[in-house]
Amino acid sequence: MRKPSLPPGLAAGAARGAGRLSQKLGQGGGTTLPGLVLTRLRPEATAEMALAVPDGVILISGTNGKTTTARLVRAALDAAGAKVAANTAGSNLERGVATALLNADGAEVALFEVDEAALPGIAQQTRPRVVTLMNLFRDQLDRYGELEHIVERWQEAVADLDPASTVIYNADDPAVAEIAAGHPNTVSYGIEDSRVGRDKLPHAADTTECRSCGTPLHYEMVTIAHLGRWSCRECGLARVQPDVQATRVELHGLDGQRLAMATPEGPMELSLRLPGMHNTYNAVAATATALALGLAPEAIGPALAKRESAFGRAERTPIGTRRVTTLLAKNPAGANENIRTMLLEDCPLHLLVLLNDRTADGQDVSWIWDVDYEFLLEDDRLASLTLGGDRAYDMALRFRYAGFDADRLSVVPSVSAALDAALRACGADGDLYVMPTYTALLELQSVLAGRGLVPAFWEDK
Amino acid sequence: MSAGPSAVRLCHLYPEHMNIYADRGNIAVFRRRLEWRGLKLEVAEVGLGDSIPADCHLYYLGGGQDRDQALVAENLARKAGPLRQAAEDGAVVLGVCGGYQLLGHSYTASDGRRMPGTGLLDLETAAGNSRLIGDVVLDVTLMGQTSEVVGYENHAGRTHLGGGCTPLGRLRRGHGNNGDDGCEGAVAGRLVGTYVHGPLLPKNPWLADALLGWALDHAGGPAGLEPLDDSIEHAAHAVARTRAGRKR
Ligand SMILES: [Zn+2]
Repeated sequence: MRKPSLPPGLAAGAARGAGRLSQKLGQGGGTTLPGLVLTRLRPEATAEMALAVPDGVILISGTNGKTTTARLVRAALDAAGAKVAANTAGSNLERGVATALLNADGAEVALFEVDEAALPGIAQQTRPRVVTLMNLFRDQLDRYGELEHIVERWQEAVADLDPASTVIYNADDPAVAEIAAGHPNTVSYGIEDSRVGRDKLPHAADTTECRSCGTPLHYEMVTIAHLGRWSCRECGLARVQPDVQATRVELHGLDGQRLAMATPEGPMELSLRLPGMHNTYNAVAATATALALGLAPEAIGPALAKRESAFGRAERTPIGTRRVTTLLAKNPAGANENIRTMLLEDCPLHLLVLLNDRTADGQDVSWIWDVDYEFLLEDDRLASLTLGGDRAYDMALRFRYAGFDADRLSVVPSVSAALDAALRACGADGDLYVMPTYTALLELQSVLAGRGLVPAFWEDK
Repeated sequence: MSAGPSAVRLCHLYPEHMNIYADRGNIAVFRRRLEWRGLKLEVAEVGLGDSIPADCHLYYLGGGQDRDQALVAENLARKAGPLRQAAEDGAVVLGVCGGYQLLGHSYTASDGRRMPGTGLLDLETAAGNSRLIGDVVLDVTLMGQTSEVVGYENHAGRTHLGGGCTPLGRLRRGHGNNGDDGCEGAVAGRLVGTYVHGPLLPKNPWLADALLGWALDHAGGPAGLEPLDDSIEHAAHAVARTRAGRKR
């Protein structure tokens, strides 16, 4: 039985009204409600609106980095003067995409970051012109199920794409490379500079066997988790030489990095205000995506260079004489990259870790045991450690069993009080680093906004 | 490998393939709780290509993705002899999630394929058509002492016990072995299997010490473990119990 469907104009009007009402009632930025209402009243609305965007739809998905990459591509499109519909400040599920399309009056192109589990459904509805597949890491097993399950669903999604569409994929991720392999029209990207890699897989590496024959993969270089220059010595399956690649990576701690890239359009040099190798991947992915959209390399570089971190992604907030750097950490791969980036700083580290276990964080907090917090304990780099959030005591146990002296732990579940405790521990001019999970980041943001230190979330551009 | 009576030898089975629910947390708990008492943990890691030593005091088998578990099942069934021997001699065996399933007779996947188990525990597992996910609270009685165990479960398997083992505990929250009979895990002598991860031991230090006590006894080490300051453990335990009561 088909669900009843309201005519397009009526459905859109009702949805917009719901969004305005929600904002008036102070229920947030209205980035999801209109879309939710719209798709309930008219399930085919997303497909219809997507079809009406003249230059097509771009989808960016992966466990980590999709928000930042979408913002970078957005910057390049803005610089080129394109009128863009995007969900860069909103939800990355179906309802967020529908809301962005609803507000897309006159947009020439639509750009969406998409939750990895929602990608198949959104791709089916929006019939994208470009799909950028970034990475698949172990993340929230209670919500997404096993990694293999997502791999299979992505494979089906790619098989269902228009053959003329372009799939941009991370060649350094063996699972993502396999997913893209079936598509006739692909662009690969990756990191080539071996000086920034490691020679050993970290603990939380997921795809470490050859996807063709099951033999453990050989890594010439490991960048993040199971990403790197991989090959199978048994059957010969190997990473391709990426079409767009970072040939030189100079990481400058939390201040950013300089990159040299080789692209089919020639070499590019790039300064980024985003730190860490995860952002190297984001920048290379964004460059590959922007090039696939026909933007010129000369325009892409400067646009990316201007982009600063999104809230919570290595963003720095001054509080009095101190700086607070917030590094969202919602899964082992992301947390490990944050730790690596923090260790590039040459100062004593004052750290606040905020662990929540709500639906958007994943209710299973096991993942913290897969993070290599132990690196922070080497050379006594941790000057102070404060633990907050709903599951602060779980995090305290993680550090206690890593070997951190329990007497030096400060456990303060309330986010607001934990921030104060951590700032006190910093002293007058120490820098504080905060690693929150997703909903803890939103709480922290609201605490900081309440103190007038950062704008409210829905004002994010 | 030499271990005096002050060291417990742990055999970590398939750490590369069976490590999905933070199993290294359980190993860290064994290590630290021995260290804090002036004792030592020695770990032997056994992978697909290694044979299983028979002279360890404690054997640990964690959870894995379906694909990895299938790979490990055949391998382990083939070479479980020394593990069975060690268990008969009084070694402790702990299996969590997929590791628990492999301690039973077999695992029947949703497509009907049958994965062999080791048969160390008298139980059978078959895949159900949904995953049993969420917080778990159960009462566990070991050696005449009843305590509460908290954690998280996420498994498709429905496990039914035979007469050769008893449930590890009675559920107060969660789905447990099969979602039907109110039981969680299995125990037979010093063999323990459970679906509870999170990981299992950090928030349940009492259970960790019970297992370590057995392992030390088997190692000929000191009887009885000095109490530790477990205030953080107890606080985390209490939070997990509260979260288990939340609306979802
Ligand atoms: Zn191979």
